[in-house]
Amino acid sequence: MNKQRHLAFTILIFFFGLTIGRSSTSVVEKDKNLKQDVKSEIKEYINHHLKDSHSFSITSYKDEKTGKTVYIELPLPVILYDNGLKFFWSSALKHGKKVVAIGENFYKLEYHDSKIYKTDKEGTITYDSDHRPLNEKPLDFSITKNIATILLVSIMMLLLFVSLAKSFKQNKGISKGMGRFFEPIILYIRDEIAIPNIGEKKYRNYMSFLLTVFFFIWFLNMLGLTPLGVNVTGNIAVTFSLALLTFIITNVTANKNYWGHIFWMPGVPVIIKIILAPIELLGVFIKPFSLLIRLYANIQAGHIVLMSLIGLMFVFQNWVGSSLSFGLAFFISIIEILVALLQAYIFTMLSALYFGFAVAEHDEEH
Amino acid sequence: METTIPLIIGGGLVVIGVGIGIGLIGKGAMEAIGRQPDASGKIQVAALILAALVEGIGFAALFAL
Repeated sequence: MNKQRHLAFTILIFFFGLTIGRSSTSVVEKDKNLKQDVKSEIKEYINHHLKDSHSFSITSYKDEKTGKTVYIELPLPVILYDNGLKFFWSSALKHGKKVVAIGENFYKLEYHDSKIYKTDKEGTITYDSDHRPLNEKPLDFSITKNIATILLVSIMMLLLFVSLAKSFKQNKGISKGMGRFFEPIILYIRDEIAIPNIGEKKYRNYMSFLLTVFFFIWFLNMLGLTPLGVNVTGNIAVTFSLALLTFIITNVTANKNYWGHIFWMPGVPVIIKIILAPIELLGVFIKPFSLLIRLYANIQAGHIVLMSLIGLMFVFQNWVGSSLSFGLAFFISIIEILVALLQAYIFTMLSALYFGFAVAEHDEEH
Repeated sequence: METTIPLIIGGGLVVIGVGIGIGLIGKGAMEAIGRQPDASGKIQVAALILAALVEGIGFAALFAL
């Protein structure tokens, strides 16, 4: 009992620390002349955080002697296709302050939408009336922050689960070390998600996908809560790809019954069959679409709420308001840990449900 | 400004609807667990899925704003 309380206390302190860490990464200029600017600066900071970026920035501060902003960050490779591959490091872009010259082409980062545009020698970017850049965009295959994080998590998962499988085999089915933590989760996915939804006979083929997608989403969601400030599952392209995989697997492995139930539902009058077929066909696309929107919107909304609450600290700038919003941010952080797990669970669960529809054998009564 | 006001009102209505929906799901789940404590695991799973579905509609509407 005492040990448990100790553990719970440690975890609380850890996340308390994370809230402080995160708020210190969002350092907003505390200069008194700039106090009115704080609100718009926070807004810009949040918008910038939600987008993918070309460098892995850890923190930034203002040098007091030179008055310049110093960024502490990891540069990432920028790969452009514009009549041939162009390669350079993102540190050359200097957050959109410098023009990068490669041969006779000039590229510049537009700070507000974090995209690289082709410019002339001076780096002029022309805007339309909605403040959208009109310059030509080269095809961008850069290893951005999100892609770097995805690669990192993939390698981590590969190392972790391969070593777990090895130690599981060596110890003749008894898990050791990290395996003691992961075994119940894997068993839960098998016994509570895969078997009841897909069925005893066919669940094995889908287990690899379900486990991968569960841990992938969970790890990325949890990484998004650290001060690293990555927002991978809150990116619609990432969730789109995940949902696309579910869509492809569902439709490729679907059997005769599944298509029969979509186009010619048994046990219904013919007129209703004709009305139902297009609706059911739409449902095929709506199911994975709801998966992608749900994950994206949940994570995105969570990040917006958290960062706004952290930003409130700098808006109030007094003891009562700031500590209140700090407490609220701390509380939301803990809720977000639950959401991180819940969204991974829901995605896996609904994927399993759709696979189950696709391979259901016997005709149930409708 | 004039165009954003209906959007904000619509967003508020969506959130009210989703809130009522999830609330009703929670109410139903709690009552069901009260009646059948043995089936609480199954009821929780079903309630979570339904809540996620309702929430998904809410998010879809909010992001369409």
